[in-house]
Amino acid sequence: MSTFYFIAFLSIFFAILVITARNPVHSILYLVLTFFTFTVHYILLNAQFLAIVNFIVYMGAILVLFLYTLMLMNLNKDNEPMKSNIVKIAAVFGGGCLLVTIVASLKTLAVSQPVVLQNPELGLVKNLGKVLFNEFLLPFEVSSLLLLSAMVGAVLLATKDKQPKTQPDGKLY
Amino acid sequence: MELTDIIVKVILIVIVFAISLVIAMYSTYAERKIAAFFQDRVGPNRAGPFGMLQPLADGAKMFLKEEIIPTRASGLLFIVGPSLAILTACIGSAVIPWGQKLTIGSTIIDLQVTDINVGILYIFGVVSLGVYGIMIGGWASNNKYSLLGAIRAASQNISYEISMGLSIIALLLVTGSLSLREIAEQQHGFWHDGWFTWNFFKQPLGFLIFIVCAFAETNRTPFDLPECETELVGGYHTEYSSMKLGFYLFAEYINMFVSSAVMATLYFGGYNFPFMELIDSPNLVTIIGVVVLFAKIFAFIFFFMWIRWTIPRFRYDQLMNLGWKTLIPLAIANIVITGIVITLLN
Repeated sequence: MSTFYFIAFLSIFFAILVITARNPVHSILYLVLTFFTFTVHYILLNAQFLAIVNFIVYMGAILVLFLYTLMLMNLNKDNEPMKSNIVKIAAVFGGGCLLVTIVASLKTLAVSQPVVLQNPELGLVKNLGKVLFNEFLLPFEVSSLLLLSAMVGAVLLATKDKQPKTQPDGKLY
Repeated sequence: MELTDIIVKVILIVIVFAISLVIAMYSTYAERKIAAFFQDRVGPNRAGPFGMLQPLADGAKMFLKEEIIPTRASGLLFIVGPSLAILTACIGSAVIPWGQKLTIGSTIIDLQVTDINVGILYIFGVVSLGVYGIMIGGWASNNKYSLLGAIRAASQNISYEISMGLSIIALLLVTGSLSLREIAEQQHGFWHDGWFTWNFFKQPLGFLIFIVCAFAETNRTPFDLPECETELVGGYHTEYSSMKLGFYLFAEYINMFVSSAVMATLYFGGYNFPFMELIDSPNLVTIIGVVVLFAKIFAFIFFFMWIRWTIPRFRYDQLMNLGWKTLIPLAIANIVITGIVITLLN
């Protein structure tokens, strides 16, 4: 249990650093650490497959792409876009609303019994696969359709305005 | 876990760590000797007999060079970059089964640091983490060439991870297990039930895709675009000097060793060898198995070097075309064909 509290503390600590860090690249690196602590949480729950997939997909792919984009944009204080006051007020208002909602939902939350795993082996690949492809087959397939449509959309956006350039000899390059 | 188990594990970890470092060290020597052989030169032959002490001399030189941290560089991250590169290179070897069980007296020693049941995915995760060392180092240098090298490394790694993952899926259809130990056990011997047991003969196309991706993931020629000196000076390590540069170069050789070990285990039978069932003593089988595994690993390392000194570097657009338009469709076709064949055979 103490391991859990320590890791939970680290998760929250790094998550706070993500939003307080001045440099966007540092912020992403803290996010990497936050996701790493999530991986440790999954391992503590004996969900090895979920842990390693979280590791590969979030830390290894998505955040690399985040980092990639930020490095290309070269954000720093000098060229930080000035935000108008209306946007700032709207942001404060929106954040306040979120806070109120969260606090309200916490208030109605009953103190739950500690969750006892029906089957501690559930997180292993074989059992997870059986559950996923028997009980939850339809949601699983539908979510894959969602990903496919997102991919098609991205390809469409990338190729939309492409004018083929021709050289004098008529070759495409 | 008993105390003896822990001691055995610690000793095993230290041995594996030492072996990977020594092999990486002598890979640099082998690389230069092999390059010399390919180009009809002599190669290093001054330090010690046949130049055998050359890696030590290189290491001493690296340590004694002046340590330069550029003024505008991001201080901490500049040091974190190479540290992360060498760390991720070293932790990959934790799940590789080096041999069968060794029995000494009453203790049974499992020649594998840990047998987690998602072993392949662990390797895959470590590989995907490896790019952070290069990206952080390249960005922290505050140099445009370094940044370009880092960005190339990131996009190259992500692109080739996809086809690597897809080629592994086809392998999983054949083996039905994610544990490297189980996969190695399934390839026992060499010939069983009228077909080869080694996965290479069941998944030749998958192996081809995997090895191409391994070259790209370890940043070896023909895919060493992140450090392409004709375009980017030194790529991501332009600003590095002294042992921090040494760590980057060293990490590449350790990666090469680990990926050779993974390929030998996944596709070439790991520690298994033909006619192993004819030997009675289990300990002897284990020891010969370890030797055989290392022979396979050295063969792969030689292959890496052979390719490096034979094939010129790709252009960046060619690299992306190969990754996205050739390897990924091939890998998907491989999955479909494997699925059909397995269904028909059952």
